[in-house]
Amino acid sequence: MLTIANLSITFTQYDQGLRRKRLTVITDLDLTVQVGEVVAVVGASGSGKSLLAHALLGILPENAQLTGKMEFQGKPLTPARCEALRGKAIALIPQSVGYLDPLMTVGRQVQRVGQLNGLSPVAARTLQDRTFTRYDLPTYTPQRYPFQLSGGMARRVLVSTAVVTPAQLVIADEPTPGLHPDVVTETLNHLRELAHEGRGVILITHDIESALQVADRVVVFYAGTTVEIAAAQDFATGNLRHPYTQALWRSLPQNDFVPVSGNQPSPENLPSGCLFSDRCPWVTSECEQARPEPKLVRQGWVRCIHAEG
Amino acid sequence: MLKGEGLWFRYGSQLPWVVRDRTISIAPGEVVGLVAPSGYGKTTLGKLLAGYLIPTRGRVMLNENPLPSQGYCPVQLVFQNPELAVNPRWRIDQILREGHPPQLHHLDALGIHPGWMTRYPHELSGGELQRVAIARVLNRSTRYLIADEMTAMLDANTQALIWQVILDFAHEYHVGVIAISHNKPLLKRICRGLQGTSAGNQILELSDQTQRQESVLG
Repeated sequence: MLTIANLSITFTQYDQGLRRKRLTVITDLDLTVQVGEVVAVVGASGSGKSLLAHALLGILPENAQLTGKMEFQGKPLTPARCEALRGKAIALIPQSVGYLDPLMTVGRQVQRVGQLNGLSPVAARTLQDRTFTRYDLPTYTPQRYPFQLSGGMARRVLVSTAVVTPAQLVIADEPTPGLHPDVVTETLNHLRELAHEGRGVILITHDIESALQVADRVVVFYAGTTVEIAAAQDFATGNLRHPYTQALWRSLPQNDFVPVSGNQPSPENLPSGCLFSDRCPWVTSECEQARPEPKLVRQGWVRCIHAEG
Repeated sequence: MLKGEGLWFRYGSQLPWVVRDRTISIAPGEVVGLVAPSGYGKTTLGKLLAGYLIPTRGRVMLNENPLPSQGYCPVQLVFQNPELAVNPRWRIDQILREGHPPQLHHLDALGIHPGWMTRYPHELSGGELQRVAIARVLNRSTRYLIADEMTAMLDANTQALIWQVILDFAHEYHVGVIAISHNKPLLKRICRGLQGTSAGNQILELSDQTQRQESVLG
């Protein structure tokens, strides 16, 4: 349904005076989503997860340049098509409460999303009520303003805004941090149900543990590139191919809780070779020569010349 | 010893109670995890203990004295959103120097790059800015640290890095840490044990035993 290949995003910024600099924040990004599939996108902050969502919705700032291929339902995603599909065929579950209108009750806001998608006010109201009940939101919630909701309640309201649309592709940008585990499971199960209904779901998160509960495939981002695409069960069975994915898995509190030292490279001075080369335990001089091409290792895609089958 | 005794709090005299009759105490060097469903007043309790909010009833005592109302508070808070906890018009070095300047080895341990010092908060990612917000409280005047969903927005790798630094700091200077989180595996890892005391409208408190803390630090 959705195919992204070799996507790059470059920002042009004014540096000093009229001098401009170009910042490549996403390089060689690959991602596919099939109908009825939940694809989790995991990676550190600054790895380009949210930018991907913004690119799909066509809401990147004007100084951004896109290259590479983005196709949705067989046709290329042009800026005009993004705008036509946004909020209808492609819906976003946003990252924070700041995305809600602070001066409108949340019930009215969710109802309005339904109306914008062609429902009558009464039908939209009923749908909003049903969705809020599903999420265990108290009966007084529709009359509340965003600032009156606790963090967890606000998240559930945000999820409702996408659930009331007929979107074929739902992008959930960090829908679960700071939520109670039961609510996390509930929210993720609802994403799973959306996939069962025949929609495609992109779950953008850094919480690998909960992503694995529902995802079919996991796409790992690092410094704006796709380093690995693995099946969800590969994590538990230890069938991971890229050293970064392995390090990320080891650093979970229930595993070793050991971090990799160093930082993600900044877009201003990306290494010319493999982007993970300065932190990698497997690094050799070969790694620093060129960006590794994706290759198929043990039924998963990986960008590492040292990954073996 | 930081003690909250019979704390009650509501945001207005007509509004419902957010915190009802909570008593909590933490000793220096202790790590206490706090977990409860959203809307149970964990964050408000954290703010009460730090003196950021004044309890409607009850009192907060630090070593048998009330919290100081002026100057650097020995009880420091770190929130989930670093963007909202720093002045967006200040550069990073000014943010770090607002209270007691942090020691260089803490900056190194947190992976704070010297190049960040001249940048503004919006020029750093969430994970990078959260390290700055944490570096700000790592000094000798901090006696208690309340980490309210401190690493909920961060990836597993940054989370592990930040908690290692915090736990080392707490151990070295005998600082009490209250960790508010929904992530049970994380709390189990950083607290020394799990003593559930939940029923109805209670905050489930994960409390300490000595052994596991040793394994985290050792």
